[in-house]
Amino acid sequence: MTEHDIREKLRAYITRELIRDAKYPLKDDEGIISGGLMDSFALAELGVYVEKTFNVYIPDPDLTVAKMDTLDLMVVRVLRDL
Amino acid sequence: MLNLETRNRYHTLLDAAVLTSDDPATIALIMISQVSPPLIVTRGDLRRLMQRAAAALRAQGVGQRDLIVIAHTHGLESIAAFWGALWIGAIPSMFPTLTEKLDPLIYRQSVGELAAREGVKAVFTTDDFAPLLREVVSCAVYSTAQVEAAAPAESGGVPAAPNDIAFLQHSSGTTGLQKGVALSHRAVLNHLASYHEAIALSESDVIVSWLPLYHDMGLIAGFLMPLIQGIPLILMSPFEWVKAPAMLLRAITEYRGTLCWLPNFAYNHCARRIRERDLEGLSLASMRLFINESEPVADESHRLFYERFAGIGCRREMLTVGYGMAENVFAVSQTPSGTIPRVETLDRALLEELGRAVVVPPDHPRAVTKVSCGSVIRHTEIRVVDPASGRVLGNREVGEFAVRSDCLLSEYYKRPDLQPLGADGWFLTGDLGYLADGEVYVSGRKKDLIINGGKNIFPADLETIVNQVSGVYPGRAVAFGVFDEREGTELVAVIAEVIGAPDDEGLRAINADIRRTVAARAGVTVSYVKLVDDRWLIKTSSGKIARSANRAKWLQERDAEGAD
Repeated sequence: MTEHDIREKLRAYITRELIRDAKYPLKDDEGIISGGLMDSFALAELGVYVEKTFNVYIPDPDLTVAKMDTLDLMVVRVLRDL
Repeated sequence: MLNLETRNRYHTLLDAAVLTSDDPATIALIMISQVSPPLIVTRGDLRRLMQRAAAALRAQGVGQRDLIVIAHTHGLESIAAFWGALWIGAIPSMFPTLTEKLDPLIYRQSVGELAAREGVKAVFTTDDFAPLLREVVSCAVYSTAQVEAAAPAESGGVPAAPNDIAFLQHSSGTTGLQKGVALSHRAVLNHLASYHEAIALSESDVIVSWLPLYHDMGLIAGFLMPLIQGIPLILMSPFEWVKAPAMLLRAITEYRGTLCWLPNFAYNHCARRIRERDLEGLSLASMRLFINESEPVADESHRLFYERFAGIGCRREMLTVGYGMAENVFAVSQTPSGTIPRVETLDRALLEELGRAVVVPPDHPRAVTKVSCGSVIRHTEIRVVDPASGRVLGNREVGEFAVRSDCLLSEYYKRPDLQPLGADGWFLTGDLGYLADGEVYVSGRKKDLIINGGKNIFPADLETIVNQVSGVYPGRAVAFGVFDEREGTELVAVIAEVIGAPDDEGLRAINADIRRTVAARAGVTVSYVKLVDDRWLIKTSSGKIARSANRAKWLQERDAEGAD
């Protein structure tokens, strides 16, 4: 799976399931939690999704706003352990 | 323990087991975190910390009946400050914690406005936040460093009278609308005695809680009750728990937890967002009761939770339900221990249009499910009244709940304009519902209120914020809640009329700005934003935006889109 595939899968999932607006044009560096687009509750959901979709386990202490606030950050984190 | 038989031996909260028993080595509470080892606090430790907090308060000039606000973090410092205030006869109140989502300047303003309006004597906050707060608050502001430097003098507690106000609980809403629910020592002790019976509390219970200390359920069930009753409390930060819900189950397993209070959304959160690998080695077999309270209860949420965790020892009868409010200290009713709460399927049209709770088969085309909140706890009465006429209604007739008890609030603090109790001592709750076979069923709210994740949000507060977003036509925004089955709670939706006809990039900017501004100012995530032109919103004949009509229109459009 390429970096582009990961990014677009995450973008589609986040806009559809977490922001609840599939048409929302989410930018790569947009603060998803700090920008109020989704709740920090959704970080736990993201952990479940990433493991199921990419087979990458992100331990709970890494599921933080500082480490997972933008698509860019998430993609880097997934690629690290892919 | 404090129960209905021993009640007369207790006079104030200073008779708490944690302060009076002569076994300082007994564990009072354990604070757990994912990033540090468990912090074990014995009764002796807590007394020392309380004495030091009391000395720090005295150094700030705080004395009997002075109000202090604790705007600190979710931790031992706040707990010690609360008990330190009680120790010297002052009145503590927990304020929500500053989160990473909130704008610190707006938060500072909220604390400042509350301090001015209620005549707060001192605010306790973090070392980092204290200098910022001092710029806007006229009362004393002190922080951790001053508490750590305080020299605790061995002193006895200042005896309060049973009818003195013990503490305040603040309702949600903007500070202008916030009400401080003043609860006396007598009311809190009465409540705990009755609640002891309602949940069959015993010395072998262990409470596990992630609830915020400023929330009535967290403050009473997840903080004061275990310390007063002398039951171990296992406490974690709500901010850690939301990101790592398995923490709660790990704590139950490790400490053999027996009691846990959760708002409805938390059942969905745990069931959907705990990873399978995180369940390894966990067991809920020690649990007696999970108590679902603080927001409307969905049977589906219990089903999800049960099905997900039956394999690790969850039993259906562990999942009980309560109904409560800060004005009655906490609980009004509770389903019995060891039994599955009753669930009724009703005809939705008869319920909503005629206010009658008529049972229909589950496969009825208009079936809607309601979960029983049990029967009232001892020394609390409930009745249903017609909101328009005040007439007392009968069984299965929907109206407003009125409550009368020996544990109601004393007043709304420094709000003589608000008289909470009628001449006959009944408190009108604002909640709608019905009684059937002596059990309480909640069906809605009299006034518009969104309950998101157990947190009360007034739509008018959100609309005020949205109206100030650049590009939104001032006065033409509407906010409301939409129940979401997947989340098990109401989500927040906003419809805003935009000025002119912005292009796609302009609309995107307004959409993002609404979400960001509401999160920063109210700490609330907006799940749905709809931007509309000047023809969309429904207004009343007087030009007011009709909240319920716009909500209905939005739902209709959403359903139609979903059907496409």
